[in-house]
Amino acid sequence: MIKKERMKVLNHKELAPSIFELTLQGELVSEMNQPGQFVQVKTTEGTEPLLRRPISISSYNRSENQFTMIYRAEGKGTTLLSQRKEAEAVDILGPLGNGFPVHEAKQGETALLVGGGIGVPPLYQLSQMLVAKGVTVIHVLGFQTKSAIFYEKEFSELGDTYIATVDGSYGTKGFVTTVIDNLEQEFATIFSCGPTPMLRALESGYREKKLFLSLEERMGCGIGACFACVCHTGDDPTGFSYKKVCSDGPVFRAGEVVL
Amino acid sequence: MSRLSVELPGLHLKNPVMPASGCFGFGREYSQFFDLDILGAIMIKATTPEPRFGNPTPRVAETSSGMLNAIGLQNPGLEKVISEELAWLSRYDVPIIANVAGSQIDDYVKVASEISKAGNVKALELNISCPNVKEGGIAFGTVPEVAKEVTKAVKEVSSVPVYVKLSPNVSNIVDMAKAVEDGGADGLTMINTLVGMRLDLKTGKPILSNRTGGLSGPAIKPVALRMIYEVSQQVSIPIIGMGGIATAEDVIEFFYAGASAVAVGTANFVDPFVCPTIIEELPKLLDELGFDHISECTGRSWKQNETVTNNRS
Repeated sequence: MIKKERMKVLNHKELAPSIFELTLQGELVSEMNQPGQFVQVKTTEGTEPLLRRPISISSYNRSENQFTMIYRAEGKGTTLLSQRKEAEAVDILGPLGNGFPVHEAKQGETALLVGGGIGVPPLYQLSQMLVAKGVTVIHVLGFQTKSAIFYEKEFSELGDTYIATVDGSYGTKGFVTTVIDNLEQEFATIFSCGPTPMLRALESGYREKKLFLSLEERMGCGIGACFACVCHTGDDPTGFSYKKVCSDGPVFRAGEVVL
Repeated sequence: MSRLSVELPGLHLKNPVMPASGCFGFGREYSQFFDLDILGAIMIKATTPEPRFGNPTPRVAETSSGMLNAIGLQNPGLEKVISEELAWLSRYDVPIIANVAGSQIDDYVKVASEISKAGNVKALELNISCPNVKEGGIAFGTVPEVAKEVTKAVKEVSSVPVYVKLSPNVSNIVDMAKAVEDGGADGLTMINTLVGMRLDLKTGKPILSNRTGGLSGPAIKPVALRMIYEVSQQVSIPIIGMGGIATAEDVIEFFYAGASAVAVGTANFVDPFVCPTIIEELPKLLDELGFDHISECTGRSWKQNETVTNNRS
């Protein structure tokens, strides 16, 4: 069930330039039950910016009633959010959307988790849950440059972790696909979140795998009412059928929607 | 009788608060947050004869205290709206106002004649003011004679009263209002969105794929109030006011300007509970302001006796 709650800031810190990790506490966490869902954050008490900001949940702990999100302070709203201090309240609507299908990776199998930039965070909860059920995980995480990297250590504790940077300042120079093309390990399933060009590259390059993509789109309401974030479906690419990224996704099976 | 109840052509409203068309889908999403029965009415998303996918994304952009949208009248088409959406809504005891859209008069006539026969549709809202479709839509809402003609044609076939949604993107809103009143409109809803634009700082190009979009939210409230103030003094049909309403105080201000009921739009996107919150707060606000019934507020800004009282005091 989706709830609206003023949640308490437990911890708020800058992980990398403009990349913030925010941990909030409240009852709403009890509704979180899958990795890859998101929340809509009201970044100000006033009307500017007016709309909430969709931010993915990077991890949650139901017994402690806490969840963490990692976001980039880029525009007006996220910059305002980045100024919130411990013990202050943040107006949260969530959890929203459908997350990654953990059940698609079976015990003993290997899953590849591919993240690009600010698409990396939701893979963290996913990785923890996969490892907990006995799935071997491999992480391939892409960033612009060395200073933008975050959570390398956290992911490394869960499984093999490969980093790609566009400028080559750390790890493999290039994109996540450069790393994946040279991977020696076998994997059955890919879970991915990141910029659309990255998702397209995965969809065209790894058709034979079980592939799940988490999409990003400008949203209005985040609950499926405003029709801002619709996309065409794979079986009717120019017709009238559609999926809403916010309430039907944000995670889709490859081919389900047109990227 | 409840101090919030309002009687309008075709509409027995338990309170004057309803979600605005395009901001509430067909109600399903919001039914997970509250019982839709508490609403005065529901203005459902615009319906066209055939299904429409709408515009490519990005379809929304933010502006100071507002938002731009260019959804493009996405809807499943007349047949499915009746057989699926209106059928689903019939479980609720709430009057539905069906927003009727099209690109030619025949479209409006077709949708109006069929959708007005659905049992829970108690009134139509004639959408001649959508700024986001290339053909039709707003063209009907900016030329008084054309607006009158489409109103007349729809009135002839509709089984329920017809409210016409006015566009603020005109040089003289009173002329438009009078024209549709002449055409037989039972009421007005106003205002639709204002045409606006935002540009991307890096590319220099419009953020919206449609280039322009409709501005809504608190930013347009003063425009809506001014237009309702002007129109309500010049027509004898009731007005359902809308444009940036987010609080009970906003509702009272719209009544003062001349509205008899109100619709809440963009605020639903910010706070899904905004309509129930406003409905709950209105009686307290009436107490504070010293009104027995909300209808006492209608037109207070311009009513003669109020002016006289003020002059004496």
